Amino acid sequence: MTVAEQSFSGLLAEYEPVIGLEVHAQLLTRTKLFCSCPNRFGDPPNTNVCPVCLGLPGALPVLSREAVSLAMRAALATHCTVQEESIWARKNYFYPDLPKGYQISQYEKPLALEGWVEIPGEGGGTRRVRLQRIHMEEDAGKLLHEGFPWSAEKSGVDFNRGGVPLIEMVTHPDLRGPEDAFEYLSALKAILLYIEASDCNMEEGSLRCDANVSVRRRGAEAYGTRTEIKNLNSFRHVARALEHEIARQVAVIESGGEVVQETRLWNADRGETASMRSKEEAHDYRYFPEPDLPPLRVTAEWTEEVQHSLPELPPERRRRFTEEHGLPDYDAGVLTQSRAVADYFESVARETGDAKAASNWVMNDVLRKLKEDDADIAECRVTPESLGRLVKLIEGGTISGKIAKDVFEKMWTSGEGPQAIVEREGLVQLSDEDALQATVAEVLEASPDQVAAYRGGKKAAIGWFVGQVMKKTGGKANPRVVNTLLKKALDS
Amino acid sequence: MARVTAETVDHVARLAHLSLTEEERETFARQLDQILQYVESIQSLDTADVPPMSHALATGGFRPDVPGKSLEPERALDEAPDPAEGLFRVPRIIGG
Repeated sequence: MTVAEQSFSGLLAEYEPVIGLEVHAQLLTRTKLFCSCPNRFGDPPNTNVCPVCLGLPGALPVLSREAVSLAMRAALATHCTVQEESIWARKNYFYPDLPKGYQISQYEKPLALEGWVEIPGEGGGTRRVRLQRIHMEEDAGKLLHEGFPWSAEKSGVDFNRGGVPLIEMVTHPDLRGPEDAFEYLSALKAILLYIEASDCNMEEGSLRCDANVSVRRRGAEAYGTRTEIKNLNSFRHVARALEHEIARQVAVIESGGEVVQETRLWNADRGETASMRSKEEAHDYRYFPEPDLPPLRVTAEWTEEVQHSLPELPPERRRRFTEEHGLPDYDAGVLTQSRAVADYFESVARETGDAKAASNWVMNDVLRKLKEDDADIAECRVTPESLGRLVKLIEGGTISGKIAKDVFEKMWTSGEGPQAIVEREGLVQLSDEDALQATVAEVLEASPDQVAAYRGGKKAAIGWFVGQVMKKTGGKANPRVVNTLLKKALDS
Repeated sequence: MARVTAETVDHVARLAHLSLTEEERETFARQLDQILQYVESIQSLDTADVPPMSHALATGGFRPDVPGKSLEPERALDEAPDPAEGLFRVPRIIGG
């Protein structure tokens, strides 16, 4: 524990942080929320723009049904109630990334209300972080402040992102520290990935987070004055920024001052938050109903259709892995972080009929190699079927566990099936007693001293003999058979 | 009774990035106040059983999620006063 961490836990002994998070997630539609421009990251600037998303006079928005369906998936997967009627609203402010001078959002009547996300609780249980609301809105354009010869005087604006569909998910102030915030974001990300509502790519800005933070003395009922922290664009930043802000607020209170309600911007390079807007100008958005869009009506049938299309979600799947496959909760947690990994594991388990072996191979070998290669499971060349066959080759005694690790490495690079590698390289385990007898005799003859020691009572030396036989056979001898043969020869 | 004061007009003007002359300030305060008074006559109706309406249409249609044609890049920047490198350019935004 570093000095900073020690002093932070010291603060927590006296003060309780109260945190609420607002997460913006881009939805995985092919088009933007109100026009048919592609929703695609990484294209040359201002190539996916049209009169609607540039806010040219006379252009009118038309809502994408798919965007609403994806937002509903997120709402239902987090146990929110989808509202029969929600209303589009204009949020008015001036900023160069906002071509119309307002953002089309939802305000008084959002798409969905009151749900929850499960996070790990104390003593191995779970705890619910309550969601207040989920609303839909359009993303703003992207500002480029650096990297051009003219960057000292000017900023560039790219509107490819302008109009991309977003959901904003707002929690109640239920989080009690940076750790909680991290757990919540991890759980939320896993859900959004599972239901394929968002790719949650923080580097590309698909998932962004603002935090409302206050502190109060332990035991106090009333909340302290809160600040809003913006610009938290990685999980690590969220935790660091929260720690910094909590420490800052405690320092203000301890020195007899008062926390000012304001928006602060996280600066990752400096590792601190700084005041962003003055109080008087903040949050006067003059929301009013969007005259260009009628209310959004969601029928019961539509909600039901979306509900039925949802896959099994991470918390349920985790529970099922422990109950049905008998896995430890830790393993189940690791394996259900991503839907693709969970699917992969279940295929291997089905193939082998041995869930524990499948879990060990996926966790210790597949996930390790993916991490080494910085690759995604979709790129993995070892299919679950061939990993299953490899496990069966061990269990059937065809190859040893040690050889299997080498075979796995070869499968990883070539994508070949295990049988082909085992046959070509002659890796079949030697279990034939007659064939191994000669090697055992050779080893004993070459080591009279060890034989004498063994016979003199040093029974543990048996391991050394096994090792010698394994070495001579290139690791292919069946250790169980070797053991029996050695004992027979030495004890006779 | 004036509801819209010169201070209210100042506040709204600042949010709208408008600079007003002293004369305009007073004119708009008076006019906005008259508009509010006029609209306020609706308050005399009993609307206890009328649900609030946000739009004249009950609901609208949807668009399928099929990408269409965007503007040609040069067309997109045609009317921009200061384009460069495919970008709209604006005075540098400090700390944005």
